[in-house]
Amino acid sequence: MKKEDLPQEPGALSRLTREVCYVKNEDGKYETALSDGWNVKKDALDSAWVEVNERIEEARKAVMNGEKSPIYYFMELRLMDVGVLSGYTGNFTFFTKRHFKPSVFKDLSERQLAKYASAFDITVSELKNFKG
Amino acid sequence: MNIDSTTDAFHHVQTAHCENGVTTALLQYHGLDFMTEPLAFGMGSGLFYIQIPFLTINNGPAISFRTMPGAIFKRTCKSLGVEVTRKKFSNPVAAEAFLDQKVKEGVPVGCQVGVFHLTYFPKEYRFHFNAHNLIVYGSEDNRYMISDPVMEDVTSLSREELTRVRFAQGPLAPKGHIYFPESVKKISEDTIRKGIVKGINRNVRDMLRIPGNFAGVDGIRHTAGHIRKWRDKLGLKKASLYLGQIVRMQEEIGTGGGGFRFLYGAFLEEAAAYMQDDRLLQVSEDFTKAGDMWRASAIKMAGVYKGRLTEQKDFEEIADMLVDIRLVEKEAFQKLSRFNLGK
Repeated sequence: MKKEDLPQEPGALSRLTREVCYVKNEDGKYETALSDGWNVKKDALDSAWVEVNERIEEARKAVMNGEKSPIYYFMELRLMDVGVLSGYTGNFTFFTKRHFKPSVFKDLSERQLAKYASAFDITVSELKNFKG
Repeated sequence: MNIDSTTDAFHHVQTAHCENGVTTALLQYHGLDFMTEPLAFGMGSGLFYIQIPFLTINNGPAISFRTMPGAIFKRTCKSLGVEVTRKKFSNPVAAEAFLDQKVKEGVPVGCQVGVFHLTYFPKEYRFHFNAHNLIVYGSEDNRYMISDPVMEDVTSLSREELTRVRFAQGPLAPKGHIYFPESVKKISEDTIRKGIVKGINRNVRDMLRIPGNFAGVDGIRHTAGHIRKWRDKLGLKKASLYLGQIVRMQEEIGTGGGGFRFLYGAFLEEAAAYMQDDRLLQVSEDFTKAGDMWRASAIKMAGVYKGRLTEQKDFEEIADMLVDIRLVEKEAFQKLSRFNLGK
């Protein structure tokens, strides 16, 4: 990539910093230059967030309809999957999946609920009382 | 590497990739002024390609354009005869105590962190990605002074914030991973040259001779084969999300597929000067070409996830682009292999 071709199209990252890129200067030698961003990347990130928000919305509806427990919703809200969530709670993934069932969720111990609440950065009552 | 923020001795170095940056800045701190990001990347054989089978990340294909996390630091230091200390912890309190000790001694250290809870990152970038690297180089008013190599300037984190990202969970969980060069001797030009040759040879091996069809240059063709099937198999919507994920892994900050190819081109340019070998300059051009092709493929993929391109023939064209890239990279590494640079 030639230095003059380096895109300067601000995205989310440019609020924080510009990025270093390796580009060719007029003499055909490599040097570093700073870029504000590139729309191709910005669009990829945007489309990922559209997908994330759809998943969160579906999870919310599933809780509202009594198909899933609030744990499932907050997992999606925090962009986690079963593996990541299990890492934060220290549970086996098998149990985490079971805790997605509303019938299992309502009998969870306070200790379990506290673990989940802390993984999600919310209070136990927010977790318990989420209705979708 | 054009913006430095200076403290007493430690200089912040901004780089394209975090682990290169930590390696470069820490080695420079220990007196190795010749160290640059391309050199660290090349000696550490950083260039790679793999589509990890059966694994999905953020509900999409798991593709990496670089070698394993931690490998660049480890290999570069080893080539230069630099002893390193690396530690992981199961107990956050012990991890904090060790870090505090190092801060008290005035030693800058590298830390592996997760970005999801990294407070200074823009929210849009905070996914559960656990292989980010930064340097802790001091403390002030109960805050740790942080040099994050992808940023133009330094920043800071509170004790709670830092411990949280050092103990992020999920794939590649950092477990408080901390690392730093221990003793650095004077390094001769000859050692650098040997390190360069070793780095190149190992990269040739990784890209050309790794077994299996999903890694090295063949991995690029493997992904191309998948892309041809995605539209029919997954539906257009999911297929475009998958392409979006490839582009994010390819061009996003801290990963960089096209970017890594330019970085490798820059490395070969530096290597040509150290080795007095102009053949490396020609191969540098090949990697520049590969980098440009990766970027062109990203633009094409963007057409799909923006909804402009929807036909099977568009997916075929993208796959063909990747197959062409494979050929360019394969030939470039074959040239490097034939040069017989030594051991």
